[in-house]
Amino acid sequence: MPARTDTSQFSTLSTRAIAVQSESEPKKRQWVSRDTRRLMLALLPAFLVLAVFYFYPMLTVLVASFTDPKPGLQNFEWFFSQSVNVGVLWRTIYISFWVMAICVVVAYPFAYFMTMVKPSTRSLLMLMVLIPFLTSTVVRTFAWVLLLQDSGPIGSFLSLFGVESLGIMRTPTAVLIGMAQVLLPFVVLPMFSTMSQIDRRLLTAAESLGAKRVKAFVTVYLPLSLPGVAAGALLCFVMALGFYITPAMLGSSRETFLSTLIQGQVQGLGQWGHGAVIALMLLVVTLAILGVSALLGRARGSAVSDMVGGSKA
Amino acid sequence: MTAPTPTGITGTTQDSGHGEGEIVKDSNILSLRGLTKRYGDAVALNNVNLDIRRGEYLTFLGPSGSGKTTTLNLIAGFIEPTEGSMLLENKPLEKLQAHERNLGVVFQHYALFPHMTVRANVEYPLKQRKMSKSDRKKAVDKALEVVRLEGYEDRYPRQLSGGQQQRVALARAVVYTPPILLMDEPLGALDKKLREWLQLELRRIHRELGSTFIYVTHDQEEALVLSDRIAVFNEGEIEQIGTPRELYDAPVALFVGRFIGESSIFKGIYADGKVKAADYELQVEGSISTDRAAVLIRPENMQISHPGGGDFTESAVNRIAGEIQDMVYLGPARRYSVITPLGEAIVRVPERVAAAAQIGDKVLVGWDPADAVLLVDTEPAEQVK
Repeated sequence: MPARTDTSQFSTLSTRAIAVQSESEPKKRQWVSRDTRRLMLALLPAFLVLAVFYFYPMLTVLVASFTDPKPGLQNFEWFFSQSVNVGVLWRTIYISFWVMAICVVVAYPFAYFMTMVKPSTRSLLMLMVLIPFLTSTVVRTFAWVLLLQDSGPIGSFLSLFGVESLGIMRTPTAVLIGMAQVLLPFVVLPMFSTMSQIDRRLLTAAESLGAKRVKAFVTVYLPLSLPGVAAGALLCFVMALGFYITPAMLGSSRETFLSTLIQGQVQGLGQWGHGAVIALMLLVVTLAILGVSALLGRARGSAVSDMVGGSKA
Repeated sequence: MTAPTPTGITGTTQDSGHGEGEIVKDSNILSLRGLTKRYGDAVALNNVNLDIRRGEYLTFLGPSGSGKTTTLNLIAGFIEPTEGSMLLENKPLEKLQAHERNLGVVFQHYALFPHMTVRANVEYPLKQRKMSKSDRKKAVDKALEVVRLEGYEDRYPRQLSGGQQQRVALARAVVYTPPILLMDEPLGALDKKLREWLQLELRRIHRELGSTFIYVTHDQEEALVLSDRIAVFNEGEIEQIGTPRELYDAPVALFVGRFIGESSIFKGIYADGKVKAADYELQVEGSISTDRAAVLIRPENMQISHPGGGDFTESAVNRIAGEIQDMVYLGPARRYSVITPLGEAIVRVPERVAAAAQIGDKVLVGWDPADAVLLVDTEPAEQVK
């Protein structure tokens, strides 16, 4: 019986608390708006920099695509009438997709391993990820050229066994290797940050409920790590779309990316309008991918936020 | 052995739902034999022997690091014993991996799967057992009914309070009707009020399910409320196992007497059937094998005499002079702390007897040797005041 009385006391207390809260709400709203104003002020420098150095150039590209050399849609007509252009667009998307797939497959076990080892080993692994990340892409790509060319160390080593030519340079394989290596940190880091939040005791719980180790991993750990996988994959894919140096140096003309095409049109032929249209196409594709993933994220959004909040408990 | 517990659970739990008779009721479901766990040189658990009875609510009670959680983890299969064996229904348990043992486990940290709804969480063990969809639904509904969480099926764990989350965890651990439910301080993360309510819920659920519960806690009050039997752990060994009443009335070790309930403890030298302490010679019943003795008296067995009243019973032959240092009003009774040459005496007397005694009064405390427990003083000597 005492428990009963206590419960009712509890509920009166909570109703009172709610009442108090609703009374003070207008005041609270004022506070929020003042906070927001301060926040806006803090963001102002960033906005200014973006406006001058990003939005304005973007706008000129947009304008150029419709006006250079004369107003009209002729630049767009040119882009879609040339099968080469559309082919390069698809190839850019195709190769970027495979780069993303490779990165996810390589990064997942790596990130998982990072969560399992002792802190000192973890720092070492983190360094392994970050050191190439801190060196210039151009230098790294040159390193790959040296490594992968037929007269390089791998080629000479294999020639000892009678392999006449490595034949990787100037193929899609070389492009995939080079790009995946550059982009790997961008996939490892978000994956690691998500995985390190996952409560491993959930796996013990799953086993106690009758799941084998592998089953427990697939049904509990994997779904909880997916937000990190999605973030890493998206970052990788979007960045891969804009790659220029690596495909140009490691690939043949058949691995041309949109960015190489832009360079050819603008620098080689002086066709600013054509270059602007290709750049716009790249932007549209990127935005489309971000939009689709945002929609997917919202569809699964409640589940994702429940994961993040819940795994701490 | 069959002494009723203060709360009277023994009778109701063990008799309900069993028509098979004494043999089944009293047979052991799980036996631990010489169970030992060492981490390098550190001994976490040392030669534990224990028979767990079918359908009982057994509590492992002890301070942190006493080996109670280690024992639970060994039974669950989360760690492997260094030595010893475990028999579940007379079959060796240690050869089975955790996922093959078919035991229910409830964790202090709930361990609900955050990406699954309440229904999916409770359904999880049934899916591992390849149960059909319609059977799964029935079993989940039943389990959620037992823990009184109908209507919460589609919520995510994050949307539930701590108490509700723990009830989901409980439903998930009982939904496949495991023969034994293991609980590791399941109420430890909850506030006092919720804890007390859930203790009553656990007793009801144990009654309804009729399965064996093994419960780990460091809270002696919780152990007294819940258990049919309590195993008191200390430094990797079981000091005593018995009903709450046995542990309270007849502790076999000083550690148990201190850990469960309040008491006055007077230490002295045991010789010729008496205990010499300070200038007093205390009458005791029973005997011990060493000369270091500790006499333990529960507060309600301690009597007090002061100028205003409160006479001793005739059998209260041990009488010590002291001064009231503190007094706490408990409603129907008062609790006095009396400083004596032998140490602090704790006295609980009914309100009507106690009314006149005040802080600072010179009083006599006394007790009947039959109401005291004579124990070996196993504690380091410097603790003697």
